[in-house]
Amino acid sequence: MLEQLEGSQAVARAVGMCRPQVIAAYPISPQTHIVEALSDMVLTGDIDPCEYLMVESEFAAMSACIGACAAGARTYTATASQGLLFMAEALYNASGLGLPIVMTLANRAIGAPINIWNDHSDSMSQRDSGWIQLFAETNQEAVDLHIQAYCLAEELSLPVMVCMDGFILTHAFEQVDLPTQEQVDSFLPPFEPRQMLDPAEPMTIGAMVGPEAFTEVKYLMHAKQLQALDAIPEITADFTGIFGRESGGLVRGYRLEDAETVVVALGSVLGTIEDVIDELREQGVKIGALSIKCFRPWPIDEVREALEGAERVVVIEKAFAVGAGGIVGQNVRLALSGCESTVYDIVAGLGGRPITRKSLGTLFEDVLEGRIEPTGLHFLDLKKDVVEREISRMEHGKKPGPHAENILRDIGTVASDSH
Amino acid sequence: MAEQQIKGYQTGTFVVGNRLLDPEQRSIQARTERSNTLTSGHRACQGCGEALGARYTLDAAMRATDGKVVACNATGCLEVFSTPYPESSWQLPWIHSLFGNAPAVAAGVAAALKAKGREDIRVVGQAGDGGTVDIGFACLSGMFERNDDVLFVCYDNEGYMNTGVQRSGATPPAARTANTKPVGQEPGNVFGQGKNVPMIAMAHEIPYVATATVAEPRDLERKVERAMEIRGARYIHVFVPCPLGWGAASKDTIRLARLVKETGIFPVFEAEEGEVTGVSKIRRRVAVTEYLKLQRRYAHLFKPEVNTEVIARLQAGADRNIRRFDLLADDEGAEFPGEATDQAGESESGPGTPPIPEADGQTAGMLRDTHGNPR
Repeated sequence: MLEQLEGSQAVARAVGMCRPQVIAAYPISPQTHIVEALSDMVLTGDIDPCEYLMVESEFAAMSACIGACAAGARTYTATASQGLLFMAEALYNASGLGLPIVMTLANRAIGAPINIWNDHSDSMSQRDSGWIQLFAETNQEAVDLHIQAYCLAEELSLPVMVCMDGFILTHAFEQVDLPTQEQVDSFLPPFEPRQMLDPAEPMTIGAMVGPEAFTEVKYLMHAKQLQALDAIPEITADFTGIFGRESGGLVRGYRLEDAETVVVALGSVLGTIEDVIDELREQGVKIGALSIKCFRPWPIDEVREALEGAERVVVIEKAFAVGAGGIVGQNVRLALSGCESTVYDIVAGLGGRPITRKSLGTLFEDVLEGRIEPTGLHFLDLKKDVVEREISRMEHGKKPGPHAENILRDIGTVASDSH
Repeated sequence: MAEQQIKGYQTGTFVVGNRLLDPEQRSIQARTERSNTLTSGHRACQGCGEALGARYTLDAAMRATDGKVVACNATGCLEVFSTPYPESSWQLPWIHSLFGNAPAVAAGVAAALKAKGREDIRVVGQAGDGGTVDIGFACLSGMFERNDDVLFVCYDNEGYMNTGVQRSGATPPAARTANTKPVGQEPGNVFGQGKNVPMIAMAHEIPYVATATVAEPRDLERKVERAMEIRGARYIHVFVPCPLGWGAASKDTIRLARLVKETGIFPVFEAEEGEVTGVSKIRRRVAVTEYLKLQRRYAHLFKPEVNTEVIARLQAGADRNIRRFDLLADDEGAEFPGEATDQAGESESGPGTPPIPEADGQTAGMLRDTHGNPR
């Protein structure tokens, strides 16, 4: 049924229809509306039976999910940013133990400087944690991906992180087609755990493993992730059969036919990118876009297939590896190794800076005109004067003070003088 | 097999005399139907107090629940020595996740069991002192305040033994560890630090808190059974000597666990809803030196010369516990009858009766005065 809903409310309703048995969560913006709504549903009995644990930290949230999932319950949590980092140790544990936990990540920047707004530095920091990472472009897709995520997680016994852009999606009111409980029930069977803590069949989970078998356990984690590359298209096809719409998948192309330039991105920014592509197409520019829906496992063949005919690949990413360069860009280069395409790495939208059509238009023009050097890392809308002033301050002052505060003073956000 | 002379009992342990008791009065460890939850073949050191503590605790929990227990273990010696891949000593469903999260994992298991309508299955979380009082403390406090249906057990051997004997928040003053060596002006661990987690647990006003030692398995078993009668967050802090970390003889594990109580260094008590409901009285008071001198971690207090000042401070701490917890039996004076000769283990006195918990009205005073280290 179509409803005008905040993204967080829509996701909460979808998660509720997946019949989670244990939810453990800790508040952090911009994920809070999701778990607040879920706590309401547990209190009113809309989700029943379900235990909601108000834990003392994200580390405890993921740890409680680990215990609950190992005891055979369908589990859910949500977090963002610092919260994801605080649960990092438990993330690796959940994936290493092969526990099919589903988590929403309301993507948000990581400090310092502390910043509550959207980018992808949180999910990218945990890209190698063994979790499957799915990225939603819209609130409709966020709803659908959560339902698919439980299916995928439980089929492979692997944890799945559904990433949705903080505020941009979580707090946006949009029309969403919420499924019926019957549809979700027919798509998602009850959880049949692959391993379970059960006195009737005592089992040791989490034994110490030394050099004699550690590589093999890790190999199997990798092999299972690669299985997801086959499972995801099957699950999305099943989903379409029951829900009547296409959602999710590994990658999605936009106007890729004859495209000489392809823009690659993840998440909600695709909407803006596609608008710019439409404008450029009208001007006769052969440009298209590739949305990465599944970042882990990395769909290397699908990415290569979609991009190998392109002369230029422009990767727009909301995170980067400090001191090294783009993250998605590196993965794209791997997929394109041996191909002629030139890959451009563009960092954009950090800490919530808007990625505007105007900026993207200028960027694509610069790429097409050869004004951007493909070997370097480019920052969209970087305020170069501000950076240069701070660099000169570092070079001249003995105690130049903290960068963030100096810059805020320079741009007038903070009125006080330097001291 | 050669005929072995059976020693009737060990002083204060109430253990071996089981064979002379009626079957119903025997300790769980002495029963043929004990579950051997932590079964033989594990890699614990000879004389490991933690292995004993875990076995006594979990066998008692298994008996109390008709074998329906799930254990959630923190990283540490107990986890490492019991599950060297591909073997496991655990004869119950057991999970190890991380060092600092065992209480939260246990809370998650309990929540899952509740949601699934399987509250007949009970959850025990367990960790060493590092996993309890230090790295797992936030998760423990969270589990307490939510009153999750978990019995959490700390096997306290007063340091990070698995990583090579470093100081923890449960290491007593003056003790030598790898990072509180007997060097400098004040050799060994400093005074005035450390935390008293049983008292902190009581401050959460959880339904049940108890301390115990591996020297008195019947007392520990009884406390576990009591804990399993109650729903909600429960905590038992078990004193478990570590021969390796303490530089003690393996044969002295039980003796040390007995002496730590008989000196007053480790008060053995239980509390419900934040109020002390009973203490195990000292049966034969001894000076702290009787306990200290059996351990090389305190050797610097006796050689090259006896450090009377530090020993006096440790004695004062024990004396303070005795006052705070009213640990002396009515017929027990302030003198140290055990001081002249070390009779521990060789005494011919009878097994006596197990200490009977007594209510006392001290809780308010104890809770006001929580800055001291009860050890």
